[in-house]
Amino acid sequence: MIGTLALRELRSLFLSPLAWSVLAVVQFILAYLFLAHVQDFIQIQPQLALIDNAPGATQLIVAPLYGSAGFIFMMVVPLMTMRLISEERRNRSIALLFSAPVSMTEIILGKYLGVAAFFLLLTGLITLMPLSLLSAGTLDMGHFAAIVLGTLLLVASFAALGLYLSSLTVQPTVAAVSSFGALLLLWIIDWAGDKVSNPEASGLLTYLSLLRHFEALARGVFSTADVAYYLLFITVFLVLGIRRLDADRLQH
Amino acid sequence: MTDTPLVSVLHVSRHYGQLQAVQDVSFSLQKGEVLGFLGPNGAGKSTTMQIITGNLAPSAGRVHIAGQDLLEQPKAAKAEIGYLPEQPPLYRELTVDEYLRFCARLNRIRRDKVAAAVKRAKSRCGLEAVGRRLIGNLSKGYQQRVGIAQAIIHSPAVVVLDEPTVGLDPIQIREIRDLIRDLGAEHGVILSTHILPEVQMTCSRVQIINQGRLVFSDSIENLDRRMDTTTLLVAFDAPPPVAALEAIDGVERAEDLGAGRFRLRHAAGASPAPRLAEAAVSGGWGLRELTPEHKTLEQIFIDITSSEHAVEDAA
Repeated sequence: MIGTLALRELRSLFLSPLAWSVLAVVQFILAYLFLAHVQDFIQIQPQLALIDNAPGATQLIVAPLYGSAGFIFMMVVPLMTMRLISEERRNRSIALLFSAPVSMTEIILGKYLGVAAFFLLLTGLITLMPLSLLSAGTLDMGHFAAIVLGTLLLVASFAALGLYLSSLTVQPTVAAVSSFGALLLLWIIDWAGDKVSNPEASGLLTYLSLLRHFEALARGVFSTADVAYYLLFITVFLVLGIRRLDADRLQH
Repeated sequence: MTDTPLVSVLHVSRHYGQLQAVQDVSFSLQKGEVLGFLGPNGAGKSTTMQIITGNLAPSAGRVHIAGQDLLEQPKAAKAEIGYLPEQPPLYRELTVDEYLRFCARLNRIRRDKVAAAVKRAKSRCGLEAVGRRLIGNLSKGYQQRVGIAQAIIHSPAVVVLDEPTVGLDPIQIREIRDLIRDLGAEHGVILSTHILPEVQMTCSRVQIINQGRLVFSDSIENLDRRMDTTTLLVAFDAPPPVAALEAIDGVERAEDLGAGRFRLRHAAGASPAPRLAEAAVSGGWGLRELTPEHKTLEQIFIDITSSEHAVEDAA
């Protein structure tokens, strides 16, 4: 049942020009950045050869590439998630789901997996670029895997938040703007954390930042705490989304 | 199983903040019935339908669908419902076939039965020719039919249709009415509408809701009886005095409408027309017109809904 809903969602995404243009634009920008990083790497390679334990292609090309990807995803995810529920409300097609024998949990999970599959595809396409380096050299595969995992967790968290905010409104644009605002705030919340003198408060703000947990994975440090942070983040917003849909029917 | 009503609504209420949309509504629907749900705008028709179909939870009361409690076993209960809301819940970017296949899967039809279910729903709603077209490009009438196809695709025990003939042309309206009568044979149908003749043509039972309360519920036969004439309209070239008309056996009251026209009230089923004609001939009144005045459903509807207003005003 969840699969049926997810497939429908994915199909509808690809029937609109939005999904295709997002794929094209993101791929184009990241390809440009990728080539720029490769160029830089080739230029400094002679100097690197002189250093012991020099950073390799994974640190100098792959990590910055996915860092930029994370930032671009922050802007793109709200565009893809904004319509998930708000548009069904607006078109009143949500009645179809409510009167069908499916639970709210299945509706939310179906929609989430549909849009998550899209971002899995997008990340997969981006991952092809660093993989092409294997034809000319080697990559630190463990580090590479940590970076890709971090990116997937990051985008999955973005999508969960976007889905929840889409369930709050009937206006897709409101959902997009508020998702973008919330993501940006969570992205930069550690900036303020650095300036707060109270170390406990500072630690909390830093801990909340989506970026900090990603940075650790991007450095190749796989910590269960970071992975757990993202999984918790996703779960919280999916549960909030389910509760929000339930509240639609119930007495306020 | 045959004895359990398909739908039983027990003391259902729903309010939105201060506004009491539905108050203590109870009714049931048996297999083979087409229940017409009438009411002025804002009377609570759509709210009631949304409650029956699980789109809204009632503030109080219970709903059972084919014996299953809608709140406690929502999945089992919802599997027995097909619902067409006021605005058909369509995905405009899908083709008719894609959409109906999705609806079939959504209603837990087994993968190998989906194609057959889609085919049957399409043929019942006259959609064979448009299967590969995008829903967004179809005319309003066809979109409405896709909405109905969606509601019947899983052969639910109960089909709930909220104003299904709005925006259709007269020929389509007739087809949809035939379809509703067909559906009534094997499913229970609840039909909400503003169009009164539609109710008389398609429904076996009528319910009128006004200001959130059920104010009338009867079979269509009883309603027809209720609509039987109790007045005659007559016109004379040489009008007699009112007293002379009231003297005729069977006339309860005569009302002078001016220009030689009168309205005569009589008991139901005892028309004084023959005696009136005799009296007119012997009295030389010059009878020019004699018509039984039919009460339409519209009048009954207005009588019921406006007398309710009067009660409220008096209270």
